[in-house]
Amino acid sequence: VNLEDAARRAVEAAQAAGASDSDAWAEESTSRRVRVYAGEVESLSDAGGRGVGVRAFAGSRSGYAYGTDLSDEGVAEIARAAREAAELADEDEHEGLPGELGTSEVNGLTSPGFADWSTERVVELALAVDRAARAPEGVTQVENSVYSDARGSVALANSRGFAASYTATQAWAYASAFAGEGADLMTGTGVGMGRDPGALDPDAIGGEAADRALALAGARQPESRRCPVVLDAFVAASFIGFIGSMLSADAVQRGRSLFAGREGEEVAHPVLRLADDGTDADGPASAPFDGEGSPTGRTGLIEDGRLLGFLYDSRTARRAGRATTGNASRGSYRTPPSVGTSNLIVDPGDLDLAGLVAQAGNGLYVTDVAGLHSGVNPVSGTFSVGASGRLIAGGELASPVREITIANDLVSMLKSVRFVGSEARWVPFGGSVKAPPLLVAEMAVSGS
Amino acid sequence: VTLVEPELAASVLERALAHGGDMAELYAEARRGFGVSLDDGRVERPQSGRETGACVRVVQGDSTYYGHVDGLAEEDLLRVAGSVSEGVRGEATRPVALSAVTRGTRHAVATPPEDVEAARKADLLRACDERARAAGAEVAQARIGYAESQRQVEVFGSDGRSAADERTRIRVSAQVVARRNGRVETGSDTRGGHAGWELLEDDPEHVAAEAARRALTMLDAVDAPTGRLPVVVGNGFGGVLLHEAVGHGLEADAVQKDASVYAGRLGEQLAPAFVTAYDDGSRANAWGSDGIDDEGTPTRRTTVIEDGRLTSYLYDLLRARKDGVESTGNGRRESFRHVPVPRMTNTFFAPGDATPNELIGSVQRGLYAVSFGGGQVEPATGNFVFGVSEGYLIEDGRVTAPVRGATLVGNGLEALRAIDGIAGDLDIATGYCGKGGQTVPAGVGQPHVLIRELTVGGTAA
Repeated sequence: VNLEDAARRAVEAAQAAGASDSDAWAEESTSRRVRVYAGEVESLSDAGGRGVGVRAFAGSRSGYAYGTDLSDEGVAEIARAAREAAELADEDEHEGLPGELGTSEVNGLTSPGFADWSTERVVELALAVDRAARAPEGVTQVENSVYSDARGSVALANSRGFAASYTATQAWAYASAFAGEGADLMTGTGVGMGRDPGALDPDAIGGEAADRALALAGARQPESRRCPVVLDAFVAASFIGFIGSMLSADAVQRGRSLFAGREGEEVAHPVLRLADDGTDADGPASAPFDGEGSPTGRTGLIEDGRLLGFLYDSRTARRAGRATTGNASRGSYRTPPSVGTSNLIVDPGDLDLAGLVAQAGNGLYVTDVAGLHSGVNPVSGTFSVGASGRLIAGGELASPVREITIANDLVSMLKSVRFVGSEARWVPFGGSVKAPPLLVAEMAVSGS
Repeated sequence: VTLVEPELAASVLERALAHGGDMAELYAEARRGFGVSLDDGRVERPQSGRETGACVRVVQGDSTYYGHVDGLAEEDLLRVAGSVSEGVRGEATRPVALSAVTRGTRHAVATPPEDVEAARKADLLRACDERARAAGAEVAQARIGYAESQRQVEVFGSDGRSAADERTRIRVSAQVVARRNGRVETGSDTRGGHAGWELLEDDPEHVAAEAARRALTMLDAVDAPTGRLPVVVGNGFGGVLLHEAVGHGLEADAVQKDASVYAGRLGEQLAPAFVTAYDDGSRANAWGSDGIDDEGTPTRRTTVIEDGRLTSYLYDLLRARKDGVESTGNGRRESFRHVPVPRMTNTFFAPGDATPNELIGSVQRGLYAVSFGGGQVEPATGNFVFGVSEGYLIEDGRVTAPVRGATLVGNGLEALRAIDGIAGDLDIATGYCGKGGQTVPAGVGQPHVLIRELTVGGTAA
């Protein structure tokens, strides 16, 4: 199937069905997944998918439909369903195709080496991750070692003559290891990602899972305290991902963001700099154009402690009297475009982890948080989440702790970030974030 | 209408076993969905979808090889079967002739949602919005969602299995934001089931009223207490606690990997003798119910805890074969893009003899946790964390001030042992459960339950 052609056919059909404007997003992908357990391949999959999603406008009303049938007839049926759906929506004067259409130059979305990796070779890689996770003494089990990759192409066409496409590749691997047994069991996750399997270091990924689990072995519940807290890169990325979702203009305009009305205000300590960048060569969410055909770009969000602005698609931009930032995002052809982060990037600082821990003096090093999304009030920003990690005593990592709750509100936390770590890394959990560890001056830590 | 003719299914299975395998399976599906929402008084995001596809898997020993494809074209099905078979190394095996089609439990659908005019669905959203706003001047926003789906499923196995199911689900949800001065609180509620439009005929706007009541109540919330406290967990959505802290640990994949605290504990007394719990995928028209599971096994009621003893895990075909037992009909998958894994259907505590007032009345100082914002559990340890979205203080046996920001931190085994009483008011709520990248509808429920002591992480210093 020629994707651009399928998208164009869909747009023609939508216009023929009476749409005043329309766009179509067509997608085709292949993916592989290897899951290893106890040194054996537990499952191996090889899958393909394709589909198209059509957005049809009836003046300032918009409807959406998607399907897997890319035949002429199938595409026409989807386009008609989108036009029909539009009848149901209420008028929204800000609806419509973006005025800014085009593509940015983004390098390195595909790796030429990707095709060299046969299924046999990626199975070997997954087995190596598993071996590395099981090797260290004290690891009682490895729950799963998983390798996964995808090669996907998308094409977007609209009734204003835009038509473009791109292809991207991505490979990931992760392992989760256990240390201890019974009630004392602790888990650790290791992860790696890149444009092709060659970018993954199986020893590092498996070893990280083991190290993180072993570091927590024998963890106990500590006494409650208020103290400096070092968030490791995984945990920092979880918080940053959540903060990023609050910086979407959609959340702001709908009154669901604690940052609403705070543009230009001081919301963080000046050491913390945050941007959204849809053009970063390594970013898993990078692309030349966004989900409605606007060029992607880099948008500064927090600099010098101030909130610079929000992320927009064309609809929210029109409503705010701004320009789109190219953040119309698509989960897949099954969802219409809506404002979303691309790659959130926190600028690294000067101190390595040991330096952050030394600065903390006496405090807590958090390596895991649980229930972040249920534990944060998106409007007030107050949160209270379960956590585990290690105490910091005399500027060094000390005994492991668990069953603790850390509580604060997001802006107070951002304002009390004192140091930003130098070791930034990509974390693929819950969005695409590149973050270093962070030292927060003080948080309430409740234990026993 | 048939998705795949039995002759084609037989050829696909034969092709899938070309290089051996203990079992091959073809899962075919056609899905249709429609949804629309209302936000800020405006009906928006109407959307519909139509997909067909199939998944072929071959199991050999403990290894699973699978592939999936969009569409049900003969050449695509045969191609994916061939590609999956390439992963297996052995002599070709022959599938058993396919038997007559099994359909399992029927869930009556009086009015298929697709037969209802779309405009009525938009009107329902508007009526919900009005009801939410009528609840009080402090209601600032309401977001209402409507979704319907229909899935036609066919499963063919090389062991002769042949099963089919038609699944219709409908759900309305409301999320309301209330404001007073600088304070903002949210409340939500849902109604849904494996059913048709009839489920929404009796006062569907109630979900909006209930969501608004919760948001308004929380405006008066005080900081949550911190410490070890008795907790009364509310009925309906309070069952999230059972689902997360116990249910996931009973799924046989976690058990067999020894990644569950419940592994090796069958027959053990885990809770007081008055505690019984079920997983029931056959419960009439319940949200997590189906006729068959996604491997063709008819759904059924499985007693997981009986009189306080652990009596069963939840099985799909693979894990059942490994333990030498029958599948409990818990082999579920999100769609044809996934392989089945053991998943809960509707999981709930059986009703007990107490009344909610008796349970609350027995607590001097504690927390009444009515509804959770979500939760997370580590199945290997049973440790859990839940955010309490609607909670109250209990003082001298009476429910007093609402509290905000409370979390429950604990362990499933400890929580089960600490159950002190169960009321008779069983209710089942509609949840979505995520596991291994697959999301499936799951019913969570229980009557009111009293837990003697749990760690409450609060916002009060």
